[in-house]
Amino acid sequence: MKLSNKTAVVTGASRGIGREIALHLASEGAKVVVNYSGSQAKAEEVVAQIIANGGQAIAHQANVANADDVKGLMAATMTNFGSIDILVNNAGITKDNLIMRMKEEDFDAVVDTNLKSVFLCTKAVSRQMMKQRAGAIINIASIVGVAGNAGQANYVASKAAVIGFTKTAAKEFSTRNIRVNAIAPGFIETEMTAALPEDVKTAMLGQIPLAKLGQASEVAKVVTFLASDDASYMTGQTLHVDGGMVM
Amino acid sequence: MATVIERVTKVVVDRLGVDESEVKLEASFKDDLGADSLDVVELVMELEEEFDMQIEDEDAEQISTVGKAVTFIESKIG
Repeated sequence: MKLSNKTAVVTGASRGIGREIALHLASEGAKVVVNYSGSQAKAEEVVAQIIANGGQAIAHQANVANADDVKGLMAATMTNFGSIDILVNNAGITKDNLIMRMKEEDFDAVVDTNLKSVFLCTKAVSRQMMKQRAGAIINIASIVGVAGNAGQANYVASKAAVIGFTKTAAKEFSTRNIRVNAIAPGFIETEMTAALPEDVKTAMLGQIPLAKLGQASEVAKVVTFLASDDASYMTGQTLHVDGGMVM
Repeated sequence: MATVIERVTKVVVDRLGVDESEVKLEASFKDDLGADSLDVVELVMELEEEFDMQIEDEDAEQISTVGKAVTFIESKIG
């Protein structure tokens, strides 16, 4: 197994892509902290599934846009597992609207959850990872952060910023053997994309060379790759997992 | 019991790999002892452990020389 004896913190891991990431990291031997904001029952389900498969995991509630919550999350990780080797900044929300109709609070909420959380969590694990002289941070951005998308100015801005943050963190931590990479998923089948109108989905499918939606597990496998020593010479990169949508 | 200066010196020698004779009070971590920005952050982290104290970011930014580290720590453990 590629991640034996490693501890991974996955934010927003009770549902969607985060859930699959937690399960896949665990399947490669990682001890996983399943962070959730509100969905306790679903987070406990993920933990139960990991344990049923012979792995180790705990669920921990934290609002990742809140610095104190984030500190608590990392402290709980250290108490339970004694190291933090992998951080997956996955938690994210959407509050879509055209710029002309977008409320200020909806812009702020999306940027706080999607972007500020990445800063707070990275800062909170940096001390431990610097001491370890090792670590892998994987930020889940989005292909729309690269290409733009009408109706998602807040989400797109936050995801584009995550890509810039990734590059900067990669440079700052490079001398301490901490690698920081991002993944830009395309159109993945989750509750988030299920909420999109049919005509939008049809239009998006037409732009995907592989002509199908992606599965969360197909993103999770790339996370595992970036978290493992298989990606030992990669840092600061953004991998598009999007069926070829943006090249 | 080692003095604050002796303990700080040991941490600096271990962390930065410099000779003890170079660790003078006026020595700047960056300019004289070859530390980069991250080295200084790590140094402060190790001083926190050595002296079992929290050093806030605002204070840490002021600790640029061996002497400033010693003075700060002495003021805290009084």
